[in-house]
Amino acid sequence: MSFVQFNNVGIKGVAACVPAALEDNMSSPYLALADAEALIKTTGIARRHLASAEVCTSDLCLAAAEKLIASLGWQKDEIEGLVFVTQTPDYILPATSPMLQQKLGLSANTFTLDISLGCSGYIYGLSTLAAYMQTGMIKKALLLVGDTISKICSPHDKSTYPLFGDAGTATALEYMPGEDGLKFHLASDGSGKEAIIIKDGGFRNQFTEHSLLAQQVDTGISRNAAQLVLDGMDVFSFGISKAPESVNLVLERFAIDKENVDLFFFHQANKMMNERIRKKLALPVEKVPYSLENFGNTSSATIPLTMVTTSADILKHGKHTILGCGFGVGLSWGSVILDTNNLVIPDLIYLD
Amino acid sequence: MNIEEFIKQFALQFDDVPESEFQAGTIYRDIDGWSSLVALSIIAMADEDYNVKLTGDDIRNSETIEDVYNKVYSKKHA
Repeated sequence: MSFVQFNNVGIKGVAACVPAALEDNMSSPYLALADAEALIKTTGIARRHLASAEVCTSDLCLAAAEKLIASLGWQKDEIEGLVFVTQTPDYILPATSPMLQQKLGLSANTFTLDISLGCSGYIYGLSTLAAYMQTGMIKKALLLVGDTISKICSPHDKSTYPLFGDAGTATALEYMPGEDGLKFHLASDGSGKEAIIIKDGGFRNQFTEHSLLAQQVDTGISRNAAQLVLDGMDVFSFGISKAPESVNLVLERFAIDKENVDLFFFHQANKMMNERIRKKLALPVEKVPYSLENFGNTSSATIPLTMVTTSADILKHGKHTILGCGFGVGLSWGSVILDTNNLVIPDLIYLD
Repeated sequence: MNIEEFIKQFALQFDDVPESEFQAGTIYRDIDGWSSLVALSIIAMADEDYNVKLTGDDIRNSETIEDVYNKVYSKKHA
């Protein structure tokens, strides 16, 4: 049972960027109309933004970071740390975070780190960066989080392709002496690695010409071994048990009454799963915003993207206690509780 | 828990299929409207009504409604 708290750190602002191109599930060339209707009804995902071949996750995060830095009025030479969380990096190597340091024009004295996590990535990214900052030796830093999962789904796989959208986000963290900081529950279970996996292209199964052979797995599911596999039933079963458990654990461990949490931001997986989680925790609808309908599952970006697109008007004004909970690929999951104060949240960016 | 009540709950996860089509021995994959999305509803129902965590394999390895009932029953009384 892993709990951690990092004092003296808080978030100052959040920005998000999605590709301008939109695909509507109702008019998708890959889905029959009846399938599309059933899928939207159950998952709540009506449309997603999809990146073109030229646009990487890092490009979406870069646009979000530039706008956030400008909105905050930060000087670039004040930023001393950058963590990039993604499972769709620019290259297998080198890591993408040094490229982001260079493209953003940050000093060569910047600490940079890539983290390979998906749905839980925002929580783990916050914990990592906060740990570096808690003593005040780094005072301003950026957490860039996102994915372009559409690039690794088979369009002929109805169990993945209609669910995932692309997005990149930026979160500004600052040293805030005397603040309570960020409180976490973090957990992992590698026995569930097959639930969400791309089998070929890493070093366990290196990419070969066989990796590209499409296989008909089931009705409406054709994909090759270099594309994403999602075992919907196992992920569903995992999500509805572990997400509420993690939320209850973090609330208990830090003795926080859930009535005193203003907003709960869950990873956006699918509406039926998210609603089951909300009901198990007996949370009112108005405290649990969703961005699924217009963006789908955007992997690690879902929590900050939901903050920006559903709750900016609340978070920009006054003090709020929020709880974030991410769960998925790994399997990996976790929750964070933190206080916000007049967050800086620029409007959602659409990148052509 | 009893199987009659379970079959009723099972039937509720389907849209517009008469309850008479659901029997203990019914092969549920043959019921009109069965899909992977209905499977998620069944997993949610087991969690909500019986506090039991069904896995993908529990569903994949079941043929009839009674098979699923037995999985839920054995997990509930484990």
